[in-house]
Formats: sequence, structure tokens, C-alpha cells
Amino acid sequence: MKPAAFDYVAPRTVAEAVDALGTGGRRAQVLAGGQSLILEMRLERIRPDLVVDINRIPALDELRVRDGTLRVGALVRHRAFESAHAVPGPLGALFARAVGNIAHPPIRARGTMVGSVAWAHPASEWCAIAVALDADVEMAGPRGARNLAAGDFFQGPLKTAGQPGELITSVRYPLLGDDTGVGFVEHRRTHFCFAQVAAAAALTARGGVISEARIGLVNCADRPLRAHAAEAALTGVEIGPPLDGYRLPENHPFARAGRIAAERDAAPVAEPYADLEYRGHAIAVVVARTLCQAASDQRSRARALEGESR
Amino acid sequence: MKITLTVNGEEFPLDVEPRRVLADVLREDCRLTGTHLGCEHGVCGACGVLVDGEAVRSCLILAVQCDGSSVRTVEGLAGPDGEPSALQRAFSAEHALQCGFCTPGFLMVATGALEADPTLGDDPDRIEDLVRSNLCRCTGYEPIRRAITRAAQEARQLAP
Ligand SMILES: Cc1cc2nc3c(=O)[nH]c(=O)nc-3n(C[C@H](O)[C@H](O)[C@H](O)COP(=O)(O)OP(=O)(O)OC[C@H]3O[C@@H](n4cnc5c(N)ncnc54)[C@H](O)[C@@H]3O)c2cc1C
Ligand code: FES
Ligand code: FES
Repeated sequence: MKPAAFDYVAPRTVAEAVDALGTGGRRAQVLAGGQSLILEMRLERIRPDLVVDINRIPALDELRVRDGTLRVGALVRHRAFESAHAVPGPLGALFARAVGNIAHPPIRARGTMVGSVAWAHPASEWCAIAVALDADVEMAGPRGARNLAAGDFFQGPLKTAGQPGELITSVRYPLLGDDTGVGFVEHRRTHFCFAQVAAAAALTARGGVISEARIGLVNCADRPLRAHAAEAALTGVEIGPPLDGYRLPENHPFARAGRIAAERDAAPVAEPYADLEYRGHAIAVVVARTLCQAASDQRSRARALEGESR
Repeated sequence: MKITLTVNGEEFPLDVEPRRVLADVLREDCRLTGTHLGCEHGVCGACGVLVDGEAVRSCLILAVQCDGSSVRTVEGLAGPDGEPSALQRAFSAEHALQCGFCTPGFLMVATGALEADPTLGDDPDRIEDLVRSNLCRCTGYEPIRRAITRAAQEARQLAP
């Protein structure tokens, strides 16, 4: 289908965009990469009266690090994160591992990280990472600017705490230290599908013992989740030697954390080709594999640090 | 809304409704029907064109968003005397098309990538990523991968 008729404006500043979004009583919609919005408009699941195209606001394409915080502006495309060096340290490595799972190059050249957060699809890689890392969502609206923790921002499938008329100007992430290893593993039916299940992990270890674990779950509930129970089961656990083979022993701490994530943290929704039993199993396996990847990354970073200090 | 598109070097002053996507405007207003529409959902890639050098899905971008931009379509690949581009020749040599419906999209996504980075041929994973960007129901993809690789290797030899 073709999108229904709408008015279109392309403001040059955030203030003009907020003004346009607030123009009384009309359904206004921000257009960022358009890779979800234009599709939804074709399907007439979204039918705006006014489309506010933010692509001509120069200030929004900034990717900036200051005081240990990364600020991703609303026009930074998915593609910007394909290089692990776009963002310093393990955070850059985590983004690079995740981004290859998002659609394919032409979609990644247009779609934005902030647009994904605004869209709040339960299968969005970025949303789960934002929740796992306690990112902050920065918004500008008719009543001024405000910030919201990612954990409070997502409220359900395609539902957020953002108000009509608010524009997300950036998402901010704390950088990860070099004692942190990261992993991202995704399972899906075909390359063109969204994730059936995916997980992001950041494991911080001191002296080979996990001091902090963060796990983000993709498409394991009606919204992105942080696996608090599984994380708690990992603190104080030894990061351990590398594992051979693909299948973990049942009693391995990462296998156990995977089962806890599936049983206590996740609240999966049945989908065609993936009933609840299957999803539970897939979540446990994917989380355990993500933890293995993060542990191996942590070990190699720790070795590199030791090498430097010698 | 009045906009100007430069398509394959030619200026098109147009008056388009905001609701119209770039693909429809290229096909219906500019009469360039080489850009194909398959799914219109961003999945198949048949509609691939270059906007300011970047490969995009022309079914998921509004024409008004492209006001002032330079667009390249499959019609713009051949040289002035009609000589096919190196990539087009490679597609022919490797039998990378059968029905040809998907071909404009593959040609444009690969042209954009090759022009942005002539060393593309050194990295089979990146070629793989490009081949996976689009759908082809005829060839089984392998000839397309070979054609892009062949053109990439040629471009590599020509690169300074
Ligand atoms: C074939 C295909 C496959 C895909 N696969 C994946 C995938 O595997 N994983 C994945 O996560 N995504 C996937 N996507 C979606 C893609 O990543 C989108 O880019 C993303 O969901 C939205 O980003 P956008 O910048 O394109 O936003 P838009 O489409 O422009 O906007 C999406 C929604 O967010 C709102 N919005 C956008 N930016 C802002 C802002 N700054 N402030 C307030 N509201 C805003 C819009 O009004 C709209 O409601 C896929 C898309 C396609 C077409
Ligand atoms: S028609 Fe645009 S991707 Fe299929
Ligand atoms: S050649 Fe027929 S779809 Fe690709």
C-alpha cells in the first residue's frame, strides 16, 4: 500500500521541530531513518497528519564522548557502529557485535539507533543494550528537556514513556572499562527476520572473579529486559578457563545463569514457529553462549592489560 | 510540494505529494522504470538506488526527503556511448541474472559499495553482506557473489 496523505515539514533546529510536533490536535510523527515509520505508514498502522523530518537538523548527527559518557545524537545511523573503534573500549566492541544483526547495509545506512529506541520494538537489539547498560534517554518537548532511564522508558511493544510532541535528542551510555568483556549472540529464522531471541552481556571481573554482570534480553518479553536474577547469580563467580566445544556442562555457572534468565527474568510471548517451551530453551542457550563470548572477551582484555603493565 | 532531483546527472524540477516515495517518483514522474518495486517493505532490495552516493531502499524514502539530492539509478550505470559498466559486464560474464527483476537493485547496492571503497574485494565478508542485502529468486546468489567479486578485483587493480 501507499502511505495516506500527510503534511510534511523539515525543520532546521530542535526548537522548530518541537514547535512543529506540538501544533495543536494533529497527529504528528517524527521521521528519522524512516526504515520503520514509512513501512508502518504503508501498512496504515500509523497514519500521521504531519510528518516532521528531522534529517535536516545538523546538531543531531553528533556522536560524542565526554566525561566517560557516550552521547548518540538522533541522526547517528546504525552503520556508524559497524567499526568497533567508532566508540571507545568494550562499548564499541559490543555495539559492533550487535549492529551486524540489524537488517542489512542499505537499511543500516538510513536507520538510526535513537529511532530504534523511539520505536521500542521488543526485538530491537539497541533497546535491550540500552536497558542492560542503564542508558539515559534525552528528550526535548513543549515543556522543556527531560531525561529518563532506559529501564523506565520502555513500557510494552512499541510503547514508551515518551509523550506525543516529544523529540528524543540523544541516548547516553556510560562507557565500559577495560576490565569488562562483552558478548552479543542472536538467533533468528532467516537473515531477513528480526531476532527470535538475542542477548547482550557485559561481564566485569577483578582478579578473575565476576564483580558485575549485565545482561540484556532481546525479544524475551513484550519489551526489552534486563536479566536481574541471572546477573545476581553470576556475581562472585570465577570467570574460569576458556571452554571447548559448543555445549556447556549442565552445571556450568553460565548454563545455570541462562536457565535462570529463561525461567525468572524472561516473560516470552509465543510466536508462530516458536512456542513458549521452545523460546524458554532458546533463551537459556543464547544467554549461556553470550556469557561465554563475554568471558572470553574479558579474558583477552585482561591479558592485554597485564601485558601493558609489565 | 516543489522539489528538484538530479537523476543520473539530469535535473528534474518536480511537484510531488509528500506521501510519494522516491521509487514511485522515479518510475512515474521521471519515467525511469529500471528501478523495480518488489515488496515495498524494505526487504527485497529490487528498488535499490544511490542517493548522494549511498545505497538506499527507494521504497522506504520519501521523494521530498531527497529534495536537492543527486540520485543514481540503473539507467545511469552505462557510459555515454551505452557501454555497460565494469560491474554490469561482470554480471553478464558470470551469469548473475536470469529473469533480471532483482538485477537493478544488486547492481546499485554493489556500485555504491565499490565506489565508496575500491578495496571491497579484499573482504569476502563484506561482499557476503551485500549479496545478503537483496533477494533473488532465480540465481541462487552464487553467480551474483562471483560477479561482484570479479568487479571488485578489477576495481582493486585499477585503484592507485
Ligand atoms: C527489512 C528490515 C529489517 C529490519 N531488521 C531490523 C532488525 O533486525 N533489528 C532492528 O532493531 N530493527 C530492524 N529494522 C528496523 C530498523 O532498524 C529501523 O531503522 C529502526 O527500527 C527505526 O529507526 P529509524 O531511524 O529508521 O526510525 P523511523 O522509522 O524514522 O521512526 C520509527 C518510529 O520512531 C519515531 N522516532 C524516530 N526517531 C525519533 C526521535 N528522535 N524522537 C521521537 N520519535 C522518534 C518515529 O516517529 C516512528 O514512530 C528493520 C527494518 C527493515 C525495513
Ligand atoms: S521494493 Fe524496496 S525493498 Fe523491496
Ligand atoms: S534474476 Fe530473477 S530474481 Fe534475481
